Amino acid sequence: MFDVFTILRGNWELLLIGQYPSGPMGGLVNTLMLSALALVIAFPLSILLAMARISPFRALRYPAFVWVYVLRGIPLLLVIFWTYFLVPVLIGHNISAFTTMLCTLVIYQSAYLSEIVRGGIQALPGGQYEAARALGMGYWRAMSYVILPQALYNALPSLISQFVSIIKETTLGYIINLQELTFSANQVNNQLLTKPFQVYFILAISYFCICYSLTRLAGAVEHRIERKRKGDNGSASAAKAIPELVSTDLPR
Amino acid sequence: MIKGFDLGPILTGEYAALMLQGALLTLKLMLFAWLLAMSLAFLLVVVRLTHNKLAEHLVAAYVAYHRNVPTLVQLMLWYFGVPTLLPESTQLWLADFSTEFIFAVIALGLCQAAYFAEDLRAGLRAIPDGQTEASRALGMGYVRSMRYVILPQGVRNSLPSLINHTVLLFKNTSLAMAIGVVELTYATREVENYTFRTFESYLVATVGYLAVSLVLMGIGALIARRFDLARAR
Repeated sequence: MFDVFTILRGNWELLLIGQYPSGPMGGLVNTLMLSALALVIAFPLSILLAMARISPFRALRYPAFVWVYVLRGIPLLLVIFWTYFLVPVLIGHNISAFTTMLCTLVIYQSAYLSEIVRGGIQALPGGQYEAARALGMGYWRAMSYVILPQALYNALPSLISQFVSIIKETTLGYIINLQELTFSANQVNNQLLTKPFQVYFILAISYFCICYSLTRLAGAVEHRIERKRKGDNGSASAAKAIPELVSTDLPR
Repeated sequence: MIKGFDLGPILTGEYAALMLQGALLTLKLMLFAWLLAMSLAFLLVVVRLTHNKLAEHLVAAYVAYHRNVPTLVQLMLWYFGVPTLLPESTQLWLADFSTEFIFAVIALGLCQAAYFAEDLRAGLRAIPDGQTEASRALGMGYVRSMRYVILPQGVRNSLPSLINHTVLLFKNTSLAMAIGVVELTYATREVENYTFRTFESYLVATVGYLAVSLVLMGIGALIARRFDLARAR
């Protein structure tokens, strides 16, 4: 197991930033940059998509429905291949692996994120929207000042979990030779040749540390939101405590 | 791009055979991985129900690892890493077989077991304690009350998320191409390389994946609606 530390000491720069000063940025930094960019770009798109999916107009609802279901039904790998092939055809020149992967993740995640946003919006009581309209707000003002702030706040834990998914999905960039963490680990493995288990173990642990801390963060945020919601109406939590008392009082 | 659009070469002859073989291998991979995942998930849930602190932590660690490490990395660890830990004679013996398929099944199955175990646990947790107590009061033992009262209801509660994660498993089988399993995605790439009919071959693969996923999602929606109706009654 000391091999793990030897490998880490010898190759930590390659795993962290790739060949950066002398070559392209790579490694863990590239993975995180790609994930963050993908989330930041996909998120506004997903809000529009979610609003289209629950809009009263069929012309908006149906295309959004098809978009979401097609992307939820095919593997990410296939989306990567489509982007790799179609985007250069559409814009007329070749694009880098980074851009390909970024486009893919934005397209793919817009579908998943829109489902989260839609869930957040639909979980709100209908009275919120009606009250906003009754106060004289238009659709866009009601959405941006009343509905979305509440819906997105409630959806925050799911958004963090989705960020974890994005980080995990960037590994597929390895297949189109994108220089991210998995690619770096494969480079290290190709140099060493004799220690594949240790190298991939380091890789797995690195992803685990990042993703697990984010998962815990999502859990903590969820807990906080729940507590806040319970604090808002104390009567509901009091009512819930009664059946629990009864069930623990039963002889076992 | 669409100039000369022709599905003919993809849907007939040797390329169609290659695609079909790939599709069959995808389904086979999914079936074996699903069976492995489901049996392991039941085992994990039962271990977690024993209320032994150590066992509970081990199961939690198993679930956390498999849910927080990318599936592709798990595949690589199994296919490239694990064989080198075996004794040399076993390694040499293994080299004679095409082990990609076996390792893909193991990696995908173990990974998916974590998701299934969480689904089952959530389903079981939703059952009131009174159910266990009532069945025990009727004279059933632990195993019988599990078998006839708790598990049927728990599995039913978790069916929608189990089906969602089955779709996930189906899509994840495409990752096996990274370790050289000739499933549908791999076959599509091969056909594309031979025929240069990129658009057509990807289209066929997309329709294939979409068909299976949508059927699974449809079943999930039907089941969810049935249970909602049953509960409303």
